[in-house]
Amino acid sequence: MSAFQIRIIETGECFPCDSDQSVLEGMVKLGKRGIPAGCRGGACGVCKVEVVSGSLERKVMSRSHVSEEDEKNGRVLACRISPSSDLELRVIGGMKRSVCKQESEKSFLK
Amino acid sequence: MAMTGVLRPGHAQIRVLDLEEGVRHYRDILGLVETGRDAQGRVYFKCWDERDHNSFILRQADCAGLDFFGFKVLDTATLNKLDADLQAYGVKTERIPAGDMLETGERVRFEIPSGHLIELYAEKTSVGNGCGLVNPVAWTADSERGIAPVRLDHALLYGPNVAAVQKLFTEVLGFYLVERVLTPDGAGNVAIWLSCGHKVHDIAFAEYPEPGKLHHCSFLLETWEEVLRAGDIMSVNKTPVDIGPTRHGVTRGCTIYAWDPSGNRFETFMGGYQPYPDYKEALTWTFDNFGQGLDYPQRKLHETFLTVVS
Ligand code: FES
Repeated sequence: MSAFQIRIIETGECFPCDSDQSVLEGMVKLGKRGIPAGCRGGACGVCKVEVVSGSLERKVMSRSHVSEEDEKNGRVLACRISPSSDLELRVIGGMKRSVCKQESEKSFLK
Repeated sequence: MAMTGVLRPGHAQIRVLDLEEGVRHYRDILGLVETGRDAQGRVYFKCWDERDHNSFILRQADCAGLDFFGFKVLDTATLNKLDADLQAYGVKTERIPAGDMLETGERVRFEIPSGHLIELYAEKTSVGNGCGLVNPVAWTADSERGIAPVRLDHALLYGPNVAAVQKLFTEVLGFYLVERVLTPDGAGNVAIWLSCGHKVHDIAFAEYPEPGKLHHCSFLLETWEEVLRAGDIMSVNKTPVDIGPTRHGVTRGCTIYAWDPSGNRFETFMGGYQPYPDYKEALTWTFDNFGQGLDYPQRKLHETFLTVVS
């Protein structure tokens, strides 16, 4: 197990993440409000991110949220990847609003 | 009460991203009994106190979610009648031959207006619960392995056209409406809980823009202490928990919602009251009080409950 630094490009924030942890777990441990811990199993898509630099290990992800095209472009689900180097990423899934604006508009069923 | 027509939830087939990871979760943590694997690679489970061969089937696929949800009906004559009734109502049905699912007879499959595949069947091999049929013992090793629910209790499915789904289930399949949440304007139902017997629900639906989504499959426990024990087992195994342990206002059941390793939500559930089909008026929750309906002590509308589905 080694610890790497993950940097969120939009906010400039960094958080540590162990190689045996998912990037989402590391992000949740930031303790920041509004990190949507969704299904944490690659099914719901809320934790979609675009990895801009760094290398990672990935588990299988749901094709309904990550197309082959996505995967080629580094767009993955944070709950299904673990870092094998420091990473820089953008948040693009359902969590973007809460990570970037710290507010959640309540709407019933989306 | 006399049970005729549709008897109970009989099986759910779920897609998982990694089969063996799914098997470890449902067999070792939830504590289901593995009863077989078929030529397609599907893995079959039952809850320990169910007598039929299977109630929960895993299939490996590249996206998670629900393949279909099946109900057992009284007998073959009932199956044929319900098939004819569905067709007369304008629903296209398909017959799937006996043996397509292990130890399971012919199934009648149809798509409902929410985009889910529902099945009816009359025959499934009874393998018993391991306690014996003559002077049965009260429990077995399987009844204490993992969370060890007694049966597959119900499912909540998300999709469009809840009003049309309610009509189909009540007018053709013999279900009745037990509880509902009104739309914001109070004119319709945004979520419905339906029963075909006298359990507080056998299936539920909530309005959602995308068709065919799975909110959760629910597994029945017998006491609140067992629900708390389930929470301990989830924590020990780092199973991600969504909500609970807590009590629902809707159904008055006690609950934990959590996710399997592929992100399919499941529920460990106990309690609820016992409605009968002569309960003409469904209990009704106004839209602004649904938080209380979902999480009675906290009166909280959890965002994940509304938006996270597979
Ligand atoms: S949290 Fe659901 S896909 Fe990552």
